[in-house]
Amino acid sequence: MVSASHAESLESIISRFAGRGRDALLPALWAIQTASGHINLEAVRALSLALNVPEADIYGVIGFYSMFHDQPTGETIIRVCTSPSCGLAGSDDLLDHVCQRLGVEPGQTTSDGRYTVEETTCLGLCEHAPAALVSQRGVGERSVPSAVDLESILADHSAPYPAVTGSLTHLLLDGIPVDRAQTLAEYGDYSALRRTLNDLMPDEVVAKIQASGLLGRGGAAFPTGLKWEMARRSEEKPHYVICNADESEPGTFKDRVLMELRPHLLLEGLALCAYAIEAEQGYLFIRGEYPLATQRLQQAIDAAVASGYLGDNIMGSGFNFHVEIRRGAGAYICGEETALFEAIEGKRGFPRIKPPYPTRVGLFGKPTVINNVETLCKVPGIINRGGRWFRQWGTDLSTGVKLVSVSGHVSRPGVYEIPLGTPLRQVLTELCGGVTGRLQAVLMGGAAGTFLAPDEIDTPLTFEDLRTVGSTLGSGAIMVFNDSVDLRDVLRRLGAFFQHESCGKCYPCQLGTQRQKEILDRLHAPLPGDRERLTDIGQTMSESSLCGLGQTAAAAVLSAMKRWPHLFE
Amino acid sequence: MAVRSRIKTLKIDGRDVSAHEDETILQIAEENGIFIPTLCRIEGLSLIGACRLCLIEVKGWNRLVPACHTHAEEGMEVFTDTERLRNYRRMIIELLFSEGNHVCAVCVSNGNCELQYLAQRLGMDHVRFPNMQPVRKVDMTHERFVLDRNRCVLCARCIRVCDEIEGAHTWDMRGRGIDARVITDLDIPWGDSETCTSCGKCVNVCPVGAIVEKGRAVGEMTKRKDFLVYLSKMREAKK
Repeated sequence: MVSASHAESLESIISRFAGRGRDALLPALWAIQTASGHINLEAVRALSLALNVPEADIYGVIGFYSMFHDQPTGETIIRVCTSPSCGLAGSDDLLDHVCQRLGVEPGQTTSDGRYTVEETTCLGLCEHAPAALVSQRGVGERSVPSAVDLESILADHSAPYPAVTGSLTHLLLDGIPVDRAQTLAEYGDYSALRRTLNDLMPDEVVAKIQASGLLGRGGAAFPTGLKWEMARRSEEKPHYVICNADESEPGTFKDRVLMELRPHLLLEGLALCAYAIEAEQGYLFIRGEYPLATQRLQQAIDAAVASGYLGDNIMGSGFNFHVEIRRGAGAYICGEETALFEAIEGKRGFPRIKPPYPTRVGLFGKPTVINNVETLCKVPGIINRGGRWFRQWGTDLSTGVKLVSVSGHVSRPGVYEIPLGTPLRQVLTELCGGVTGRLQAVLMGGAAGTFLAPDEIDTPLTFEDLRTVGSTLGSGAIMVFNDSVDLRDVLRRLGAFFQHESCGKCYPCQLGTQRQKEILDRLHAPLPGDRERLTDIGQTMSESSLCGLGQTAAAAVLSAMKRWPHLFE
Repeated sequence: MAVRSRIKTLKIDGRDVSAHEDETILQIAEENGIFIPTLCRIEGLSLIGACRLCLIEVKGWNRLVPACHTHAEEGMEVFTDTERLRNYRRMIIELLFSEGNHVCAVCVSNGNCELQYLAQRLGMDHVRFPNMQPVRKVDMTHERFVLDRNRCVLCARCIRVCDEIEGAHTWDMRGRGIDARVITDLDIPWGDSETCTSCGKCVNVCPVGAIVEKGRAVGEMTKRKDFLVYLSKMREAKK
């Protein structure tokens, strides 16, 4: 632990951020909390004057993000994940054990002020379930994969945890180290960017992406080239480019693996997008629960800037592009693109009404392209080798390759690269070494996704085929449950997740996620009429909520009702 | 003279109507005497599209869209009162009633409450969810006003009017999801607020009995609903 004298003083933090305007609010709050463990009223008052943001507003922001604290916490915060994949691996027992050893309840701090224990939603370490996140003031934060007991959580893991990866196509993750980030020397000289700056006009870059048929890999599957084209044509200036690295969908961890292992691939993709839409400023918005990815990307940015691949006048071309990392602070909703803009702008992560769409009115009200990590990582390959090359994999509608995050009851959970169209069965048997036990259910697309029954696993993994069976590929999360699992328990965790993560802006979701949770909590002893109430709430949320969170908060529940009606009787 | 935007013709519930292209469906409906329920929206403040009560169906569009935020398009066919919409609206009102303390018989706003009016108008005659019976702090510290969070529906009108019209930004929201609630300044008692000017605008825009004047008995709290429009007109005239 670092003594208080080493921590940056409030005065110094305030003067560092003063005059930068409201969008510096989240970075400033992180700086204050890192220095003093929590954000007290004195700090809020000082920050209010320095950034010209009302006190009530700042206080509202602190209370919105679950990683910000306005009250003192323990010197070390232990966050134990209880989302489905970790739940299967015994996270409830782990949480009980940690609490018992420290003599506290979840949410409490030990009397000596050393430890706070919190229950948390998915940490994106599902292949190493159960997982925890440890924040030690002054020493930084680290993820704890395969947590066993209090000792293993508190031990100083300087040894990195290797990623479990595999591939049928060998594009993104093959032949690279799995326990450290690929260095700039190993990655290369940003050849796609170099060729582009020498030979291609922005519209030619967009045309190449459009020719590839690439669909967004974050979950919504919007055509990437079309998005770029719409932003490029927006006359309002400046344009912004954002990498959505707020990977918070339970069961999804492919973006974490990409960022931890291939940071330069992502940065080159981001720079190519910036050139295509004529943006000079980019943001990487990384969820607060990903300390290692954040650290490795910052190192990669520094290395790329030092080598002239980012910054002003890149490779002598006259093209300028600057990238800034913005850290989230614990809010699933910020993966929703407009809520993410609000977070960068220093506000509560409330989604905006669409239209207008981000390509016309985005970050700071300007035309913005926001792409998922994996989507951007596909870009350098497409630029170097062309759209037709990318189309050799996949189907006409779902082109190319995709990363899937497999967790739960398989022999080798991990991130796997597959050509789209690969049947789910092949992924589970060939890549993951088979299902452990007898297969009961698969949850596709994470908490916001839908269940598949065992007789549906021959479905090819494409956006269109899964839609046909009423399911979704989403972000590529695949959670596998064998017949030892009580699906009611899984549903209970999903209900708790959405209740915790609903932002509270629109009524159907704010109130519906609460009522859905109550009913899912009592599935073992339902009240008369619960099934109808659950259906009504689900349909109301799906159709009338403001944003994608509410619109998908009942998707898994409704899909389970269709496949296993007896669970709700 | 400024050039007004182009005229569009469209159908609302089978009726031919014409409108300027910068008008929303909600405005056009109101001009034509067609009722669309709203709760978070109030003339004179920014739109947040949060209550979802004004959702409408448009022929050929997959999603329901909020009338307050959807502009007229040529040839568009809008439906404001289908069975599907009525169900969702009733459901939302039902969820609101079951969440807070909305016992009209003991409320100062009884008879002048927008939530009560909507429930009656939309035919929400029973609540199928157990009441959550929240126990939230009632703030009586202000010398003239009372804040009862148990009656608050989080429409954010108080937050918006204080920020956008009064310019004090005394109000904001804290927490998220079901735990979200309105706060004054640094979540301190309202009476201790250093930014509150006691102008009373929040009292007038509050649609329910959450922010009211002290000393009112049941049903006595009436609010001046058009004062924001009046205020902005007078300000405009002064410019």
